Amino acid sequence: MPEPILVTESLHKNFAALIATDSLSLEIMPGGIHAIIGPNGAGKTTLINQLSGMMKPDSGRIRFAGQDVTDLAAPARVRLGLVRSFQITSILRDFSVLDNVALAIQAGQGHSFRFWAKAALDPTLREPARALLEGLDLGARNDVRSGELAHGEQRQLEIAMALATNPKMLLLDEPMAGMGPEESARMTEYLAGLKGRITMLLIEHDMDAVFALADRITVLVYGRAIATGTPDAIRADGEVRRAYLGDA
Amino acid sequence: MNYVLFAEQLLNGIQLGMVLFLLAAGLTLIFGIMDLVNLAHGSLYMLGAYFAATFTQMTDSFVLAVVISVPLMVLSGIALEIVALRTLYRRDHLDQVLATFGLILFFRELVRIFWGAAGRTIPLPPYFNGSVSLPFGIDYPVYRLVIITLGLIVAGGLYLVVQRTRIGMLIRAGASNREMAGALGVNIPLLFTVIFGIGAALAGFAGMIIAPLTTANIGMGDTVLIQAFVVIVIGGIGSIRGAFIAALLTGMIDTLGRSFLDDLLALFLPVNAAEAAGPALSSMLIYVLMAAILFFRPQGLFPPKGAKA
Amino acid sequence: MNVGLTRCMTLSRVISALVLAICAFMPFLAPAVGEPFLIGMFARAMIWSIAALSLNLIMGYGGMISFGHAAYLGVAAYTVGILSFHGVTSAWIQWPTALIVSAIVAFLFGAISLRTRGVYFIMITLALSQMLYFLARSAELYGSDDGLTIARRSATGLSFLNLNDRVTFYYVIFAALLLCLFVLWRIVNSRFGMVIRGIKSNETRMEGIGISTYRYKLAAFVIAGTMCGLAGILEANLEKFVSPDTLNWARSGEMIFMVVLGGMGSLFGPVTGAVVYWLLQDKLADLTEHWQIIFGPFLILVVLFARGGIDGMLKRRPRDA
Repeated sequence: MPEPILVTESLHKNFAALIATDSLSLEIMPGGIHAIIGPNGAGKTTLINQLSGMMKPDSGRIRFAGQDVTDLAAPARVRLGLVRSFQITSILRDFSVLDNVALAIQAGQGHSFRFWAKAALDPTLREPARALLEGLDLGARNDVRSGELAHGEQRQLEIAMALATNPKMLLLDEPMAGMGPEESARMTEYLAGLKGRITMLLIEHDMDAVFALADRITVLVYGRAIATGTPDAIRADGEVRRAYLGDA
Repeated sequence: MNYVLFAEQLLNGIQLGMVLFLLAAGLTLIFGIMDLVNLAHGSLYMLGAYFAATFTQMTDSFVLAVVISVPLMVLSGIALEIVALRTLYRRDHLDQVLATFGLILFFRELVRIFWGAAGRTIPLPPYFNGSVSLPFGIDYPVYRLVIITLGLIVAGGLYLVVQRTRIGMLIRAGASNREMAGALGVNIPLLFTVIFGIGAALAGFAGMIIAPLTTANIGMGDTVLIQAFVVIVIGGIGSIRGAFIAALLTGMIDTLGRSFLDDLLALFLPVNAAEAAGPALSSMLIYVLMAAILFFRPQGLFPPKGAKA
Repeated sequence: MNVGLTRCMTLSRVISALVLAICAFMPFLAPAVGEPFLIGMFARAMIWSIAALSLNLIMGYGGMISFGHAAYLGVAAYTVGILSFHGVTSAWIQWPTALIVSAIVAFLFGAISLRTRGVYFIMITLALSQMLYFLARSAELYGSDDGLTIARRSATGLSFLNLNDRVTFYYVIFAALLLCLFVLWRIVNSRFGMVIRGIKSNETRMEGIGISTYRYKLAAFVIAGTMCGLAGILEANLEKFVSPDTLNWARSGEMIFMVVLGGMGSLFGPVTGAVVYWLLQDKLADLTEHWQIIFGPFLILVVLFARGGIDGMLKRRPRDA
């Protein structure tokens, strides 16, 4: 049996009286897609913030690829291969689409203390960026200012930037948020294509996408994992139905 | 170093702290609530001093001059807010810095045109002249005690206003959540204008009461503005309590440093080296203090709840 | 690409080339038009161009609003003055020492101030530079408030580089300006430059792709401080005098204004901004001794209505105009 790639041990986070993460212990296996579902306010984004290093847990440990990363800053975790995407699109709005991705590729290639050669003429940045955008159907938009992209395209770029850093594991915070059904379906297909190569932790409200993609699902309610299992097991779980899926 | 001299300098430090607090209180409210970087706050301090100088000359009474000048400062502040600063709330910090820097140049030149380049001295009324005997054989100038007392009264008053009154509630609501306050039907533009008027009056008042000691002069706003910045950085932007404590701290360290640092250095340096280094180092003390505090607490000693760095 | 945009970008280039050409030929132009004082004024404008260019790297490209940039100009100028005061007049010692001193000061100030953001950053850079101002004012050995007169310009020991010759010194400044422009052009387009610009655009996203932003900001801060130190060296040599006034926060404010006037984040903008600033100041001072009563409100108007600066106006698309 393979080692889990990401482990949390009794992770805990409070905001004043509100418990956002409640002694959460997760084990994510490499290669698959592990979805986290739960009602609004269940602490899903807070969890990703802690996993990615943008928020400090009050207690508990996080281990990634065999290393304790609890005290590592966000950029250092990214350099280990633990990369997130943002629920509210976070891109460099005044950069071109290609420059956004090229910069992310650059970040994945080690330090950027290179002061002289023109980055825009560097084929080791431009070529992989073009290829990646081509694969995400954004190839025709390379030279557009990313702030001028349509919403769905910006979401795609968001994912493209995360992928460009050459991650071992992606933390996807609602990648389909605000997408139309067609765009959603295409993104689902794209993420399915990454399966096996990149481990993914997926937060998503689009249940069609979740059940189509996930190998395992954890249901989070008030910061607590009330169930973890295969999609079929979760569908059948009575407690989950009562707490979340709203079934009588 | 004898203890009488030390006590006197300590009181001087507190007195400087009070003046810094008056300036910093307005600044920190304007920063904290309106998110406006107002470099021209020092100009209001200078303007207050010149108002006091003119009205003292006209009325032959410094006290009367202050009574006339304070409402004038409120009006000046409100006018300034409406004419120049209101449009800056929505701009980024760079625009605010640059535009209020333009205001400084404008006010400086305005004062030069109206009052001339030389400073104005302000005579104190006889009952403020002279010294009183304090316990332990300390003789201390009456007027400096008056400044300390006025500072304490204003600090207490501000505390009551912010904690106990409706406008104070609005100020606190505005500081922690502007949208929410707006949604609750608070007239935000009016609130901002009022706060700016109060801030201008406090700054002007500080300039008025210090002017008899220092003269009213054109450069007076610059030095004290930077010191007030140090105060609010140390105290935490938006916090009146932080401003008060940091102002006292800054005032005392600056004053005591200037008086005693060379003596202190002489304990382990040759005397002439200590006398050379003393003044230079003491002028840097409060900045070193600021850097040290920021190193450990980047948001200052008392960041208000929900403040963002 | 939009044809109008292309044409207007060319206009911005034409103006840049024109400004450079005027700088290049000023030692011949000025006597020809009967205004020899223009040589000194353009020498000064070019020195402040270098300072403004360096500020533009961190402010225009990196989004770090430093209100203390005069510090690096001032410490370099003081280094030249103090070395000269102690009898060290060789340019080969003075100049590298001054550059190293400004780099060290920039490193220390940057290391402290970059831990903070927003308003705090502005105020801390301001306070730190003001600390040096007060230090200079209390340094009795080096003239306190009166400043320090520098007996002669840095000695290069080379007959063709005699800085006491007005025209030679002018072209040394011009060459320094060209060098800074070239270096900046390479830096802002390099990998490092892309990171700095990315941080201005969206710092959280940069951390999200694995960039530890602090060290890049600090590196940019040190590069800018060192380059500003070069301006300080030239300034000390031009005036043959250095005083606390060089370190005053008003100088930092003026530098910011030059950058904004010329156009933030445009490579050449700060040069245009600095040249226009000195010309404007000169014309206003001719008009009235109280020129700041006009200049202050003018500055506010630029902020309110001409946000992109001169470069922004030249590049503006016709349909926006």
